Amino acid sequence: MFDTALTLNDMLFLAKGAGVTLAITFFAVIGGTVLGLTFGVIRSHIRPWMALPLTFILDIFRSVPLLIQLILANAFQAIAGLQLSPFVTSCVVLALYTSAYCTEIVRGAIDAVPTVTRRAARSLGLTWGQDMTQVVFPMALRVALPSWIGLTLSVLKDSALVLWLGIIELLRSSQILVTRLQEPMTILLITGAIYFALSFPIARLGGRLEKRWQEND
Amino acid sequence: MIEIENVHKSFGSLKVLKGINLTVDKGEVVSVIGGSGSGKSTLLTCINGLEKIDSGRILVDGTEVHAKSTDLNRLRRKIGIVFQQFNAFPHLTVLENVTLAPRKVKGLGKAEAEEIAVKHLEHVGLGDKLKVYPGRLSGGQQQRMAIARALAMSPDYMLFDEVTSALDPQLVGEVLDTLKMLAEDGMTMICVTHEMSFARDVSNRVAFFHKGVMEEIGPPEQIFGEAKSEETRKFLSSVR
Amino acid sequence: MFDYTFQWRQAYRALPQMLDGALVTLQIAVLSMVIGVTIAVILAVARNSKSRWLYWPATAWVEVARNTPALFQIYMAHFGLGSFGIYLSPFVALLAGITFNNAGYLCETFRGALRAIPDTQVRAGRSLGMGPAKTFRLIVLPQMLRIAFLPTTNQMVWAILMTSLGVTVGMSTDLTGVTQDLNSRTFRTFELFALAAVLYYAIAKAVMLGARLLAWRLFRY
Repeated sequence: MFDTALTLNDMLFLAKGAGVTLAITFFAVIGGTVLGLTFGVIRSHIRPWMALPLTFILDIFRSVPLLIQLILANAFQAIAGLQLSPFVTSCVVLALYTSAYCTEIVRGAIDAVPTVTRRAARSLGLTWGQDMTQVVFPMALRVALPSWIGLTLSVLKDSALVLWLGIIELLRSSQILVTRLQEPMTILLITGAIYFALSFPIARLGGRLEKRWQEND
Repeated sequence: MIEIENVHKSFGSLKVLKGINLTVDKGEVVSVIGGSGSGKSTLLTCINGLEKIDSGRILVDGTEVHAKSTDLNRLRRKIGIVFQQFNAFPHLTVLENVTLAPRKVKGLGKAEAEEIAVKHLEHVGLGDKLKVYPGRLSGGQQQRMAIARALAMSPDYMLFDEVTSALDPQLVGEVLDTLKMLAEDGMTMICVTHEMSFARDVSNRVAFFHKGVMEEIGPPEQIFGEAKSEETRKFLSSVR
Repeated sequence: MFDYTFQWRQAYRALPQMLDGALVTLQIAVLSMVIGVTIAVILAVARNSKSRWLYWPATAWVEVARNTPALFQIYMAHFGLGSFGIYLSPFVALLAGITFNNAGYLCETFRGALRAIPDTQVRAGRSLGMGPAKTFRLIVLPQMLRIAFLPTTNQMVWAILMTSLGVTVGMSTDLTGVTQDLNSRTFRTFELFALAAVLYYAIAKAVMLGARLLAWRLFRY
């Protein structure tokens, strides 16, 4: 199975797919994090019953298959005449999907900052904003980072589903090659290795940051 | 009778016990005192075979604990041990905690095991907590439950490893009272403890451990009154 | 902007068929969990073993399951095995892919649960005269189950959501498959998939609720 018809051009084709995967992941994570931060701060600052509508909506993103979300969003943008490209639609859906998980991470991390610490900060005369930026966020960041890295990695993997909207990302590229070359195992193994190669540095970076912070504590 | 003969024990390069000799007779209460890291807790886990020893030997009623042929599970039924951390089994009620070993190790029937358990739980003052989960108990109550759990196996010896160290000060008294009661019942006990008044009032003999060596052993009046060793006097003046 | 008439009645008429699909979805999820849990226990034992013939294959399984897309794993089962002349039906490929994924994640869940139980619990058990096997069965295992219960429930919900991927390998009997089938005949994409979304949501919530009740019943402490 190792003498293969795979050419350099085919490898470049896969690399291009990997690029698309990375791009979608990047936009989804950036958008999702900004939204997640906003929602998370809101959720940890208003009473639970007031946050109920937000919680409910975000929960939908976590309880409906991502594939269905993508199909629905694509159908919706066509109906609404938004004329969004599949790429943009995918990024928006994935960003919302990411934000639902990110909100939970942010809220959990903020709640993990002890009330006494925050009281102490406010007692020193810090404003709410200063308390948030100088005390709460730095402390919460350490709690949130491992989960956030995990979230990024899972978005990277989940981004494969956008192939259903016709986007030629990594997995779809490999499928195209499989159809053409009829060497499914070889090509899929290479694809799996690329997914590994993409996620490994992110996982390592997270591990290293976490370790460094622990040493400083 | 527990006979400890020239026992050496080390963790890696750290020598924890350096040639301990100690004999505890039936019905005797021996308190072991000393600073942290003096090896006194390790000695207890060596006696019931949870820890191996490097050299020397420990005999319980003539059976060598660390001999290959010894059935440790059988031997451990004779030796009850209560640790500093309460070690309650969180998934079992108080009654189930205490009946577990009699039923599963000794093979007693449910009714019989419960009868024994209730007797011991009432003895330690937990007769009204039978159906409660340990998570609902205070530290002192959990520790008394652990004592009842060990007693339910009707051991001949009881080992106590700093059983009051993890307790809030106001809860120490209730546990010490339980130990005192046991001593009065004639139980053979080795108590590693930081409670000097307990060591003085309850024990027949007090042993002072320092850096893996038993510096001195004698009746409480001797240790607390006219200790022979300089280290003993230094330690006692530091804890008072 | 909305030059479109929603035809919900058509989706409503498809409901019975979609409910049948939902049943298949649930069936695959449950099967994949039952087999997945079994394999996960074996993997966890293997990963804690000193033999490298056990350790490395198990570790490879876990790493691949956790670091590649679930869809990739399903493709592997459906297309990849073709290289060895093994052709799995969409149903079996989907089941195999999800089971593979479940086992990898659950293995780590179980290992984490095992680590979360303090050594002192084992010491306490041994001190009462229980052997290693008895200590594990009576002291460690029940506590592990409680710790692992919630993550396992979450994995079950994941398994349900993952079943939707079957449509990409030609599965047509599960909820997504049925919906896609109807869609290709009526082109009422939004209405049909919105209904599918509601059904998935309902299933996911029902599973969570059921698990809550079960946990409440099982873990009284």
